[in-house]
Order: sequence, then C-alpha cells, then structure tokens
Amino acid sequence: MNGTEVVFVVLSLLAVGSAVLAMTSPQLVHAALWLVVTLGAVAGCFVLMTAEFVAWVQVLVYVGSVVVLVIFALMLTRQSGRTTAEVTGNRWTAAVLGLVAAVGLGATMVAGFAGERIEGRRIGTAASIGEALFTDWVLPFEILSGVLLAALVGAIVLSRSGSDR
Amino acid sequence: MSEALDVLLRCLVVLGAFLTMPLLVGQMEHKAMAHMQARVGPMAAGGFHGWAQLVADGVKFAQKESITPAAADRRVFELAPAVALVPYLVAMVAIPLGPFFGQGVLIGQDLDLGLFFVLAAMSVGVLGTLMGGLGSGNKYSYLGGMRVAAQLMSYELPMVLAAASAAMLAGTLSLVGIADAFEPWWLVVQLPGLVVFFVAGLAELQRPPFDAPLADAELVMGPLTEYGGMRFAMFLLAEYAGIVVLAALTTVLFLGGWAGPWAEQLGWAWTLLKIVGVSFLVIWARVAYPRLREDQVNVLAWKVLVPLALAQVTLTTVVVVW
Repeated sequence: MNGTEVVFVVLSLLAVGSAVLAMTSPQLVHAALWLVVTLGAVAGCFVLMTAEFVAWVQVLVYVGSVVVLVIFALMLTRQSGRTTAEVTGNRWTAAVLGLVAAVGLGATMVAGFAGERIEGRRIGTAASIGEALFTDWVLPFEILSGVLLAALVGAIVLSRSGSDR
Repeated sequence: MSEALDVLLRCLVVLGAFLTMPLLVGQMEHKAMAHMQARVGPMAAGGFHGWAQLVADGVKFAQKESITPAAADRRVFELAPAVALVPYLVAMVAIPLGPFFGQGVLIGQDLDLGLFFVLAAMSVGVLGTLMGGLGSGNKYSYLGGMRVAAQLMSYELPMVLAAASAAMLAGTLSLVGIADAFEPWWLVVQLPGLVVFFVAGLAELQRPPFDAPLADAELVMGPLTEYGGMRFAMFLLAEYAGIVVLAALTTVLFLGGWAGPWAEQLGWAWTLLKIVGVSFLVIWARVAYPRLREDQVNVLAWKVLVPLALAQVTLTTVVVVW
C-alpha cells in the first residue's frame, strides 16, 4: 500500500463516518455541516483519482451552493427551540431504498472497474472531460439539459400558481 | 531535495503574502476612507501617520477574553472563524503573481484547473459566516445568517458565469494560462464580465454596499454579533484576505495579470500594482455607496447581473467562434 492509497482510505473512512453522523445527528444544522465534511472528503477522493475537475466542481456546487441552500431552507422553516430531525413513518422505506441504491451502484462499480488501476494517466482533466462530453456523450448531455429545463419551468409554474389564485 | 525545498519556499512566500497583504489593505482602508470623509484617521500609533494602528488593534484583540455565549452551539461557534479564514489561505496558493526577474512565474502551485480551485475555495470561506450566524444562539446573528445565505445563493451564479467567460476567451482554466493569453482588446469585449465579476465578488464578501447581513443599524453586527477578541479578529482578517483574493482574481482574469512594460522582469510588480488598485476600488465602493436594502440586493443579482453575465457568455462565444 503506497502513500496515495493510505490517504485514499483515510478520506473514504472520513466520508463514510461523517455521512453516518449526518444521518444520525439529532440537530439538523449539525447534519448539514457533517454533510459538508462528507462532500469535502469525497472531493479529496476525486483528486486522488486524478479527476480534479469533478472535485473542484463538487466543492463549488455542492459545498458552495447546495449546502447553503439546505441551511437556508432550515433557517426559513418553523422550528421550536432546538432544531430536531423529525421521525416520520417513511424512515424505513427511505432506509430500504437507500440500501438498494447503494448496493446497486456499488455492484455496478465493482463489476465495471474492479482491479483497474490509474497508472499516471491524466484522465480527469477539463480538456478530456469536455472532449468526452461533446463527442461520445453528446446525446445524453442534451437530454439531461432538456430535463433540467423542464424542471426549471416546472419550478417556476409551481411557485407562481399560488399568487394567481 | 531541491524540489522539496522549492515547495517549502513557495509555501512560505504564500504564507508571508497571506499575513501581510490583508494588513496593507486594512491600513489602506483606514487611510483612504478617512481622507475621503475629510478626516485624518488614526495618526498616533507608531509615529508616521499611524502606521502601527493595525498592530495595536491586533494586540488589543489578543488581550481580550474569549467569550462563548451560553446559548451558543459551542463547537460550531468556535470553529466558524477558522472556516472563514483558512480557505482564503488555500486560495492564495493557486494565484500567480507573474514573472519574477526572468525566473518564471511566481506562484504557489500552478494548477491545471486553477480558476475552479480558487472559486471553490472562496465558496467554502463564506460557510464560516453562515456557521457564525447559526451557532451564536442570537436572533440578530440568526437573521444575519439568513441574509448571508440568500445573498450567497444569488451572487454565486453571476460570479461563476463571468469567470467562465474569461476562461472561454483564453481557452484554458489555468490562471497562468488565462493571464498569458490576455490581449488589450479583451478589456473592451470583457467589460460587462469584469463589472459583473467585481460586483458579485463584493456581494460574496459582504462588503459595503452589500453588507445587509452585517447592517449595524438593524442587526448590530449580523452573524458576528457575539464574537469578540481573537475570533472577531480572524473574521476581520478573513474579510481583508477575501478582498486580496478577489482583487487578485479580477486582475488575473480581466486585467491581464502581469501585462505591462518589461513584464519579463517586473511582471510581479504589475500584478501587485493592479491588485492594490482593485482593492482601492473595493474600499472606494464602501465610502461611495449607501447600503442596499435586502430586496434590492436580490433584485440586482437576478434582474441585472445574471442577464448581463449570460449576455457576456453569449458575446464571448461569438467572439471565440468567429
């Protein structure tokens, strides 16, 4: 095990540990802050796998915007005294769905990439990602942008329908 | 061995810049603001024009008792100043100062994705203020934190779009590459992008006229209300370090970095000069404009800056393709 692998394992453990804390923390604010640690550790893993572009975009978008959005939503919603995570009946459904998704994604990763090694190639630079995105993957990319546009229009419609009535 | 020494030396230079540049900007703020308001500012400390005032302030901050309010969320409250400060130190590692007497570019570490690295680091820094607002257990801090969050979400988008426009024109995300590719006519083509980036950066740093989160007439000191002593000093240092990082990024992205006469020898001096100039503009904006109301802050972001940034990206696309 070389130095890079040791750092990778440490970051992975950090990501998993803080994710567990984010799920079990009774205070929602703490959960959001543990999520920051998780996302940061995952970004570190991306850097070690030479996917620097994904790593910095992850920090910029998720830590810089999504977590801020989560915290903003927390602050706006009603809370009595200390913010506590509410326990709903959907808890077990969510756990089962999360488990299925984790096992499915994990199995795909292991089946597709088990035993592969990154040998000094720079596969995650902005140039290579851009090239792949606009040659091999241009159709999924366009479909995704269509889906995002539809979601955007839907959000505007939903948020405006209240004021018209 | 010499490689390790090189890295160590670069880190020390970055650390030195991190410790001195914000203080210089702070001193400039003391003096420039005072003269713009027809007063002299601090004159006694240190003798010549009160140059030691910031040192005296630092000593005062260090002597103060560190108080954590009983209602505060202790760990979040105590960690917040560090979260606010450290990202700017990290960001400075990737900012180039330019050729140093023909010795190559003076930079902590030339990253292939320097632009994204610096923007990502800056976006982490603002979490610190948010943590301060949430963890203080004070309603003024809480309201301030809410305003911080609203402001950040609005201004992140135009800032990144404007930066992306500069990267598109240069055809690279490396900050050294962008500054090297600079040509004087970019100043005209990129002018809207420059304005959007600078204004959104001011808002991101919560500097006046975008200091609605700190508005002292309404919210005491916003998220920083409960902080005192060294922790408050760290927030102040983070603010000035933020100004330096924003000025440096504006310089490198839009003002050509080290472009100027004798750039091979004196490039670093040109960059520093431009950084000081942009920092002066930041201070000038504080004195010149009244604070924006909370709704005006968001209107400016969504109805002016975002369309302007999108128009800039479109224009840049046309220029690049043509």
